[in-house]
Formats: sequence, structure tokens, C-alpha cells
Amino acid sequence: MKKIKCAIIGPGNIGTDLLYKLRRSKVLEPVWMVGVDPTSEGLARARELGLKATDQGVDGMLPHVKADGVQIAFDATSAYVHKENSDKLTRLGVMMIDLTPAAIGPYCVPPINLKQHAGKREMNVNMVTCGGQATIPMVYAVSRVQKVKYAEIVATVSSRSVGPGTRKNIDEFTRTTAGAVASIGGADQGKAIIVINPADPPLIMRDTIHCLTAEAPKEAEIERSVHEMIAEVQKYVPGYRLKNGPVFDGNRVTTFLEVEGLGDFLPKYAGNLDIMTASATRTAEMFAEELLAGRLNLEPVAA
Amino acid sequence: MNLQGIKIKVHDMSLRDGMHPKRHQITIEQMRSIARGLDQAGVPLIEVTHGDGLGGASVNYGFPAASDEEYLRAVIPELKQAKVSALLLPGIGTVDHLRMAADCGVHTIRVATHCTEADVSEQHIALSRKMGLDTVGFLMMAHMVEPEKILEQALLMESYGANCLYVTDSAGYMLPHDVTARIALLRDKLKPETEIGFHGHHNLSMGVANSIAAVAAGARRIDGACGGLGAGAGNTPTEVFVAVCNRMGIETGVDVFKASDVAEDLIQPILDFPIRIDRNSLTLGYAGVYSSFLLFAQRAEKRYGISAREILLELGRRKMVGGQEDMIEDAALTMSRERKAQAAA
Repeated sequence: MKKIKCAIIGPGNIGTDLLYKLRRSKVLEPVWMVGVDPTSEGLARARELGLKATDQGVDGMLPHVKADGVQIAFDATSAYVHKENSDKLTRLGVMMIDLTPAAIGPYCVPPINLKQHAGKREMNVNMVTCGGQATIPMVYAVSRVQKVKYAEIVATVSSRSVGPGTRKNIDEFTRTTAGAVASIGGADQGKAIIVINPADPPLIMRDTIHCLTAEAPKEAEIERSVHEMIAEVQKYVPGYRLKNGPVFDGNRVTTFLEVEGLGDFLPKYAGNLDIMTASATRTAEMFAEELLAGRLNLEPVAA
Repeated sequence: MNLQGIKIKVHDMSLRDGMHPKRHQITIEQMRSIARGLDQAGVPLIEVTHGDGLGGASVNYGFPAASDEEYLRAVIPELKQAKVSALLLPGIGTVDHLRMAADCGVHTIRVATHCTEADVSEQHIALSRKMGLDTVGFLMMAHMVEPEKILEQALLMESYGANCLYVTDSAGYMLPHDVTARIALLRDKLKPETEIGFHGHHNLSMGVANSIAAVAAGARRIDGACGGLGAGAGNTPTEVFVAVCNRMGIETGVDVFKASDVAEDLIQPILDFPIRIDRNSLTLGYAGVYSSFLLFAQRAEKRYGISAREILLELGRRKMVGGQEDMIEDAALTMSRERKAQAAA
């Protein structure tokens, strides 16, 4: 079966984990790995796996995009360079999946709004944050039942799974996640808290989602909706598990989750990173299915 | 121990850490009158915010009676000599909160992280310093790692621009020699102009003794809370600490009788329950658990029928750090389910 060819920008932990996931896809084929450091282990690993690789950044791949038929690119670098990468590639008709916090395109949380984005032929979608991918489906699971006045998420991640980029700008995590909890989760107001725990052995990502409903919570409906949503997320993150709840306490509805990764390249406890690469893969697959079925044509974006 | 003539700065926590046992419900009027009392008693620095710092208002930690901004704008103009500080935990509060607090006129920003995660504080410490504020790095749960690790993390915060570094005994677990080892190493290795501070909790009744050990090892800022307010069994009681300092000739500039009048006349009347070393706050200090977990564990005990002590011990075993209040209800739910399953088997 024909597959849609993809490029990964950023051969670090995230990019490499993504590569492992793409290699399993029935509709995606990773063909390029883009980096900036000639000594990068990630680039060497990609070459061993048969991909073309460049250490000259996106510019090193640009001359080959057409000939190699690259249609989707994942950016796993940083917010600072994403816009430039995106402009160069969308100009050639390559669709961008942004795993950085740059968020120049609309937020995508697959079980909530992926279909809508594919329908709108977006050329750049953003994967929010790890905490956002893990928790926003649970906010939505409540808000699709009844009005949520306020939603708050607490993401606890292992210290070893938090890279220097996130640490230097942790406010970006709290702000971006809080914004998307409201806008994509469907709450009037959103708040996000991140806790980094250094315990050894490392703890698996934990997420707590508190929703305050406007009226008394419809317990049975919310419970059903939460379980259905968990099943949806489990389609691409099998280790997405309900630990406790939903707990009903007045108008508070609280769900406690654990997110274990697949352990492709990243360790299993780093469910926070896995859910990003899994969501990005899921997103690309949806676009690829549309492309393969002839329902979607990617057009170059005017410079 | 001769500490005669050493000058230290007492930093009062009653209107921030003291918010924990009050479930963040201290009113604006109460804040104003307590702050005025501390000011008149000569306390040079007073912390004011939600118990979990700027932006702490949440389901997870509790919604306060008023916003951080309302508290700060109410308290700061009341003070004749005392300055006001605000606490910020990256991951909870952001630089937006920091800017707000600076606009309200705070003198000091304290940026708090778990004792191994100092590198999340760079953007906040750098901004605070750039704004010309007295900038403190606050390493919490400092009992959990060796002094060398505390030093490594303190050096990071110093490099971001902190002019004062704190060893924070959030669990009230440390004994005087633990304090001495950490403070002495920081004093030896940080820049001579960088101040060192100590923040204690009284869960093992060591608040005053630990603070004196800190002074002896080179700390020149000591946190207390008037009337022994504060999470767990409270912070080091300011008025008791000042009395001991007077006896030892350590100069605080705080009037011991005026401070003890504030404790008796303004703080005791607003308590919802006596803050003391009961079996649960003792467990915090004994097992090394974050002091703010206390009331949450007691509420979970009421709701799920698992004793607060067992919940706290479980959180200690799971190596929970500050801010993980959500895991208290989670642990209680899990323990209660396991018990039901055992009973049924």
C-alpha cells in the first residue's frame, strides 16, 4: 500500500521516538531526518535505519523535498526556530506538525478536533504541550456533557523526562496548557500546574483533572463520557489509564490518570513525551488517510 | 556557642505559610492588622500571598478569601518600616504574577523549587533581579538530598541572579546537624556577598534549635511565623525565636513582647484549631512529608475513612514533593479500594 512520506526535524529524544512510531505506521513512511549537529547520535541512528539525513538544518533537505515526495514534516526542535522551518516547508506544500510550543497553527488534540483540522486543510497544526495532550480530553469529556465553568489540571512528570528547553521556559507550559484547557477543553476558564518529581525509580506521568461544573454534575453521563474518551485516547496511547475517579464532590469533578509510554525510544515512565509523539503520529495518520483517499490536496502556501 | 553581636534578619511567614492552617481564608482586615502589629514590633520583612505563593489560588491548593493582588495592595501601604515579600513556585505562578507583585510594591521575591529542580527558576530569578528586587532562591524539601546536591542547586540559582539562598526544611524533618551541614557548605562555597537563609517547620519541635544552628553556621536570614502559624505544626515561632536570640545576644531588632502580643492578641483569636504537634504533624516531621499536606490528609481521612497518618506515610513512601496535593485524594481512594477488596476476599 502507498504511504505518505514524512520528514522529522530534530533528531533528539522526541524526534527519535517519533521515528520509531512512524516506522510502524501503515500510512506514513519516514524518509528524512533533519538536524544541525554532524555528531548527533540521532542522525546516525536515522541513517542506519535507512533514512536520508542532513546536519544542515531544514535548508539541507529543501532541495530534495519535491524529488523525495515529502508531504508531512514534524518539527521537534524549539519554538524559536519553528516559524522559519514552517515557512520554508509550507511554501513547498509540506504540511507541518508542530511539537514545539511555538503554536503558530491551531491546537490539535486528536480525539477532540483532529477531524475538523483535516477538513479545514490546515497546513500547520500544533500539538499543545504534553500536559495538554494528557488532560484536555478529560476536560472535554466533562464539557461535552454540561457546562464547565473552570477546569484545572495538575501534571506531574519525572524530573528525568523534562528537558532543558521546558525548564528554561516553564511558564510557557503553564500558559499554553491553561489556554488550551479552556479553548479546546471547553471550559470557561483554565488553569495548569506542573510538578516535577525527581523520585528514583522515576514515576510514571500522573495527571489530575479538576472540573467545576456550572450546575450539579450529571454523574452517570460524565462517568460514561470519561470512559469513552479514555478508550479513544488508548487507541494511540495504550498506557493512558484511569487511576481513580471521576470523583464527584459538590460541583467538583476530578479524574486521576496515569500515562505510561510505549517505551519505543523513550523510557516508559516518560508518558508525557510519548503522548506527544503518539498524538503527532495519530494526527499525521489522519491527514495521510485523507491524502491517500484523494480527499485532501496539499497546496503550497504563498510566501 | 558564642553568637553575641551577630545581626540577622527575621522574615515573618504568618501571612503566607500561615495561610495553610487557615485554608487561605485570612481576611484582608486580619492581614492588615497583623501586618501593622509586626511592623510595630520591628519585624523587617513580612511575606504575603496565598500559602502556595503567587497564583496558588486553585482547586488543588484551595481558593483564598482574596486575591494575591488584593492582599498585597491592602498590606503594603499600612507598613512604616517593614518590607513585604512574595513567594513564587515556578509551575504554579508565572512571571506575570511576579510583575503584578512588583507593581504592588513588594521588596523581595522568593522563587521556590524542589531542592533538585533549581533550573526551572531561571526566568523568574533573572527577571526579579533585573527589576531590582531583593531576590531569593528557596530550595524546598532540602532534607531529601545531601548537602553537596543542595550546593550544586544553590550555585545555579546564584548564577541566575539570586542574592540570597535558602535551605528550606518544608517537612520539618531536619535535626540541627542536618541544618549545620547544609548551611555551612553554602556559606563556604557561595559568593561572600550572597546571603544564606533557613526556613524551618516545627513538626519535631526543632524550629528554634534548627534556626539557631543555621545562624551559627552562617545564615543571616531566618524565617519564623508569629504565633507559630504555618503549615504542619507551624513554622519556627517568631516570638520564641526572637526571645532565644535576645538571650544569646543575636540581634534581630524585633521587640519580643510586642511580637508576643501580636501572637496572643491578633493571631490566636483567628485560629480554626490549635496549631501544635499532634500525631499527624508529628508524622510529617518523622516521615519527611511536605507540611502543607496536613489538612488535605485530614479531609481525606474524613471522606474515605483512611487515617491521615497512613495517608501521609504512603505519600512519604511514594516520595511526593511539594505541590502534589492532588495525590492525597488519589492515595486515599486507592487505599480505600484496596481495603475493600481485601475485606471482600
